[in-house]
Amino acid sequence: MKRAFPILAVLTAVLLSYALYEALVVAPTDALQGDVYRIIYYHVPSAWTMFVFFAINFVASVVYLIKRNLKADAVAVSAAEIGVVFCTVVLVTGPIWARPVWGIWWTWDVRLTSTLVLWLIYVSYLTLRRFASGGNMPVLAAALAIFGALDMPLVYFSIWFFRTQHPQPVVGDGGSIDPRMFQVWLINWAAFLCFGMLVFWSRYRLEVTRRDVEQIQAMQSLAEPTRTSGALR
Amino acid sequence: MTYLYAAYAATWIIHIGYLATLYLRYSRLRDEMQELKKKR
Amino acid sequence: MSKGLTRATLVKDLRLEWRSKDAINSMLFFALLVVVIFSFSFDPTAEESRQIAGGLVWVAFLFAAVVALNQTWGRELRNHVLDAYRVSPAPANALFLAKALGNFIFVSVLEAIMTPLFVVFYNLRALGPAYQLPVVAVLGTWALVVNGTFFAAMSVRTRNREVMLPLLLFPITIPALLAMVEATSAILTGELSAKFWIVLLGAYDVIFTIASLVLFELILHAE
Repeated sequence: MKRAFPILAVLTAVLLSYALYEALVVAPTDALQGDVYRIIYYHVPSAWTMFVFFAINFVASVVYLIKRNLKADAVAVSAAEIGVVFCTVVLVTGPIWARPVWGIWWTWDVRLTSTLVLWLIYVSYLTLRRFASGGNMPVLAAALAIFGALDMPLVYFSIWFFRTQHPQPVVGDGGSIDPRMFQVWLINWAAFLCFGMLVFWSRYRLEVTRRDVEQIQAMQSLAEPTRTSGALR
Repeated sequence: MTYLYAAYAATWIIHIGYLATLYLRYSRLRDEMQELKKKR
Repeated sequence: MSKGLTRATLVKDLRLEWRSKDAINSMLFFALLVVVIFSFSFDPTAEESRQIAGGLVWVAFLFAAVVALNQTWGRELRNHVLDAYRVSPAPANALFLAKALGNFIFVSVLEAIMTPLFVVFYNLRALGPAYQLPVVAVLGTWALVVNGTFFAAMSVRTRNREVMLPLLLFPITIPALLAMVEATSAILTGELSAKFWIVLLGAYDVIFTIASLVLFELILHAE
């Protein structure tokens, strides 16, 4: 497995470069938006990748709750972090796209707002993981992941209805999609998914190593002769 | 358009930033492992 | 057996609260502060106040609810009650239900006291179907309280407990908050129908009550 990593890294770099070339050169210029629209070749695939990783986190959390397999928990936290990184990319590239095209940095439309809420939920998940004490933090985190997953459809639905009642400019892809554009989307998604998987794998290995080190540290401090105060003797 | 390059640059800055934090965490872990080896 | 447990815990909490009035006093004071400070920032006419009152009211209630929620498990933690529960055969969600109902009663009492004040301060009058307001209040309060009690249990052993609870609660509660605020505004302004929001709140309550009852056992044993 470990030897595969450098090879995959190189392949991913090649794929990303190819995808970039496709996005900047091969894809046709949009009739309405000009060249700025090419941002979506990064924005949308990042969103799709984000969903993949949050889905992985959800599955890993459920598996952990049922089987209490710590490897599943390591997968959960790694997937959550990678997901948040991609989510941040979506939230940053969205406004950068919206500004030149629609004249506004932000709009409380369905997709952007739902993504923001998703980001908030997962940041709170990571914060819980950091501040909860003790060996049973994974259980708490897994429960929160399930709550988050239950919440997301409600979030999307509620904001959607809110928007139909109070309509505002929509930051989205208007109109039909040129099949050539869709192809470039897919290529970029494949590239970012590979990239995300590589980073995920690194994070996972880091987590496993960290836990091993912690365990050894704990065993060492148990093995040391205790230096209690003289009063106890 | 500068917005296009800003978006692409921002994307990679975010990704590289995260990779940097991973690297920092990893080197801290490396140090701890060295300390553990010494103690043995 | 579990119904008796729920009732016993609930009665105990209510009795303790009635004697000390700790939670209710701090909640009341907090909510009042929020109302006064908001009234400094907005100087609404009766027209405008109806538009924003929904948001104001629920923000005030939300902050006050957090005060109540933060103290939910403190007593249990201090007296090792949670450990006793872990060892006993009693179902964990009986305890959860008691705590959630207790919080629900506290926050409802607060709302009952604050609502006339809001009506007076902002010259409120419902232009829509006013009978829907108590429905929104009950469903909305339960939404806040059921998740709040659950997250309070999760945060009770974290390093910064009081900050952790709102941090966890607010993002998850966003759809419910949106529904509460929109429903209240719809009823006050009479411009739109609150039906969708009430149904959404109902669905939210059902989903998260079930989730909390199912998962609480795991949380209790995880401390």
